[in-house]
This record gives sequence, structure tokens and C-alpha cells, in this order.
Amino acid sequence: MNRVSGALDRLGRAVLENVEEMGKILLLFISVLAWMFRPPLKLRNIFKQMEFVGVKSIFVVVLTGTFTGMVMALQGYHGFRMFSAESLVGGTVALGMTRELGPVLTSLMVTARAGSAMAAELGTMRVTEQIDALYVMAANPVKHLIVPRVIAGVLMAPMLTVVSDFVGILGGYFVGVHILGINSGIFIKNITRLVELNDIYNGLVKAACFGLILSLIGCYKGFNTRGGAEGVGRATTEAVVLASITILISDYFLTAIMF
Amino acid sequence: MIKLIDLHKSFGKQKVLVGIDLQIEEAKTTVIIGRSGGGKSVLLKHIIGLLRPDRGQVLVDGTDIAKLGDRDLNEIRKKFGMLFQEAALFDSMTVGENVAFPLREHTRMKEKEIRETVADRLRSVGLTGVEEKMPSELSGGMRKRVGLARAIAMRPQIVLFDEPTTGLDPVMTEAINRLIIDTQKKFNFTCVVISHDIQSIFEIGDRIAMLYEGKIIEYGTPEELRASRNPVTVQFLSGSIDGPIRIM
Repeated sequence: MNRVSGALDRLGRAVLENVEEMGKILLLFISVLAWMFRPPLKLRNIFKQMEFVGVKSIFVVVLTGTFTGMVMALQGYHGFRMFSAESLVGGTVALGMTRELGPVLTSLMVTARAGSAMAAELGTMRVTEQIDALYVMAANPVKHLIVPRVIAGVLMAPMLTVVSDFVGILGGYFVGVHILGINSGIFIKNITRLVELNDIYNGLVKAACFGLILSLIGCYKGFNTRGGAEGVGRATTEAVVLASITILISDYFLTAIMF
Repeated sequence: MIKLIDLHKSFGKQKVLVGIDLQIEEAKTTVIIGRSGGGKSVLLKHIIGLLRPDRGQVLVDGTDIAKLGDRDLNEIRKKFGMLFQEAALFDSMTVGENVAFPLREHTRMKEKEIRETVADRLRSVGLTGVEEKMPSELSGGMRKRVGLARAIAMRPQIVLFDEPTTGLDPVMTEAINRLIIDTQKKFNFTCVVISHDIQSIFEIGDRIAMLYEGKIIEYGTPEELRASRNPVTVQFLSGSIDGPIRIM
């Protein structure tokens, strides 16, 4: 009996802690919204973060996007060949990339690269008292540190998704047409027949949501770091894990609403 | 003027401050001494509103900052400068940008004026031509100097020093002590220093307050402290392991 009540106690505490954390992230989001529109806009900071989150993630996004498109074409071809429907490979790759894999994979890659860096950077600033220094100089850390990162996340995740969609389809085209011998015209025709503008648009809206999630969680974990170098390491790991899980779970609900 | 009245602060079950009463005199250097982990930094953070007390008042020029909202607190903070223990320079900015930060944030100075002010403040702390360097390229002593230049950039009325000589060699310790004395004279600010470096305490302090077990147990001039018969103060200043201070 004691063991059962102990387990229930631990479960209850874990649930309460998670609910509390979600509440704090939501409060941070509200604070970000409030500071976002309060002048002066720190444009230099925003562009710096956009470069870091966006431009510097292009390589990894191109790499993952291309190979995802390629492997989708390969897998799709073997499946569709059973029904003599190889011509559908192009449309399937394009649909898969624009609706799902483009936004999700891009966001996961950006989480691993930029979300972790946000947590580590802010965490280091916290333990070396740089955040306290901002408070002392009457400068709000949310405005200076978090708002630029969240704006960069929300704007750059969809832009990177566009790149990922494009190179993914290109990779699929290369494998489908040049390696597996599907007719080029049919491959492209099926893309334009199956993919609607709404698919691309909804994929980009999803990416923007994921950009918000990864930057907000990265900043939250970093900003609330405690306990030196070990704390920074913990915050970084927690940021990546929590952001990745949240992206995948919210992907289901966003898909259910949109499509 | 800063006045702390019946200040209490606990973290969980641990009581850190238990009724601090302290008056910090204007344009003088007050050194708060006490054991490591004894609540000196916590006390300093209350003075600038980084922590809020559980009970009691922190009066800065008559305003209780413990009760202020963020906006009003920021107005009060503009009167302050602070040198952190490890200087807390922004890693992503150059030395020049670090010193210019409060000027860009709170004044409408033109870039040329900002550059001149930055160079002037850096000269005041004995540094020239380091504006383009990154904090990571500086030694510990230089970082503290740049931290001080940033703290005095806005010509504050009050400057707080969090253990300014910790981790420095004896020569650099002396240099930083001299610098605190010289800049205090030049800019005539109220200076609050927390330290456990006995040599520095007597060198820079006009007034010394001894913090022990969450209370100020002694306050006076360096001479008064030297002549103190309080066993805690005597043991602390002599660095002896025999006495009422428990070693954990």
C-alpha cells in the first residue's frame, strides 16, 4: 500500500511540476509578446539572431532535406511499383515534404543546432551574472535576449522549410528520374496535380509554430539555469528534449486542425 | 543615501538575513565584511533590487525599492553601477560595446560622444586602446577594470562592488584597491564593497560593517573595528580558527 501511495505521490508531483513549467513558459510567451512591440526595436540583435538561426542552419537543413526527399522517392518507388503506380512518386515526395517532413525535420534540426545554443548561451549568461548585469543596468533581459531569438525562430523556421521542401523535391526528382527511370514530365505533372498551395502554406504555418516552440523553450531553459557548468549542460539537454517532444506532439494536433 | 531597515530573507528553510539594519553614508566607501556564503552577496542584491526581501525596507534616497514595480525600480537603478565578482561582461560584445551599453540604452548621445565617453571611462580605469578587444581576450584584472568602466559609464551616484579582489594576485589586488579609491574620489560616488579580503578592507573602507549569522553585528570606522572587542570580529580579522565562528 505504501509503495502504491509513494508511486502516486511521485506521479502527482511530476504532473504538478510539468503543469507549473508549462505555465511559466506561457507567462514567458506573454512577456515576449508584451516586449516585442515596445520600442525601440533591437533590429541589430534580431538580424544577428536571424543569421544565426537561419543562415547558419542552411547547410544542415539542405543536407537532411535532400536525403529525406531521396529516400522517400526510393521507398515510394518500391511500394508503388507493386501497383504499377510509379508515376505517383513525385507527387508523394512533394506532398510528404511540404506537409510533414519539411517543417518537422527542419524544426528538429534547428532545435538541435540553434535551440540548444540558445539554452547554452542564456544559461552561461545566467551563471556568469550577465543577466543580472542587464537588470542592474535597467535593461530588460526579455527584450534584449529573448525577443530577438523568438522572432528569429518564428521567421526563419518557415524560410528554412521552404529550402527543405525545395531540395527534398529536388532530391526525390534526382532519384526518381535519373536513378529509377521515372519519366521526368510525369514526375513533375504529378507534383502539380497533387500538391495544392494550401499544403505548402499550412506546412509553413506549422514551421512558424515549431520555430516559436523551439526558441521559447530554448530561451526558457537557458534563462532559468541554476548551478554552474553542470546546470548549463542540463538546461541544454532539457531544452532539446522538451522542444523536440513538444514539436512532435503539437505536429499531430496542428495537422488534425489544418488538413 | 541607502538605508536598510529590519531586512529579512530566507531561501526555503535557510534563513540568510535576519533583521539587517544598516545606514550607508553618502560619498563614502562602506565595506561589508563577513564569512564566505554568509549572505553578503544576498545583501548587496537587495540594495539594487535583484532580490526582494521577505520583510523589511530598502530605502534609496527615501524610496522603498522593495515595493516598487519594474518600471520605477529601473529608474532607481539608473543611479547605480555595479561591478560583479567576475565582471559579468557581455561575451558577445567588444569591450567598447560593453562600456557603451548603458549609454546606448539610456541616453540619446551621438556615436561620437559615446566613443569619447567610453575612451574616457576606460582611461579612468587605466586602459587605452582596448575598445575592439573581446572580453575573452582579457586577463582577470583587465576584465574587472572594464567592468568598473562600464559601472561608472553613466556617472552613477552609487557603485556596488561584489568581492572586487577575489581571485586576483596581490599586485593586481592592490591595483584594483587603488582604482576603487581613485575612481571614488574622482566621481565622488557612494561606494558599497563586499569583501573578505582583510588587507583591502582597511585600505579602501571609510566605514566597515560586519555581517554575521544574518545580522550586522558591528559597524564603525576601520580604527573602531581594529579596536573592537567583539570576539567574532576579533576572530574574523585575525583569521584565527579558535573562537565563536563555527567552521563547517
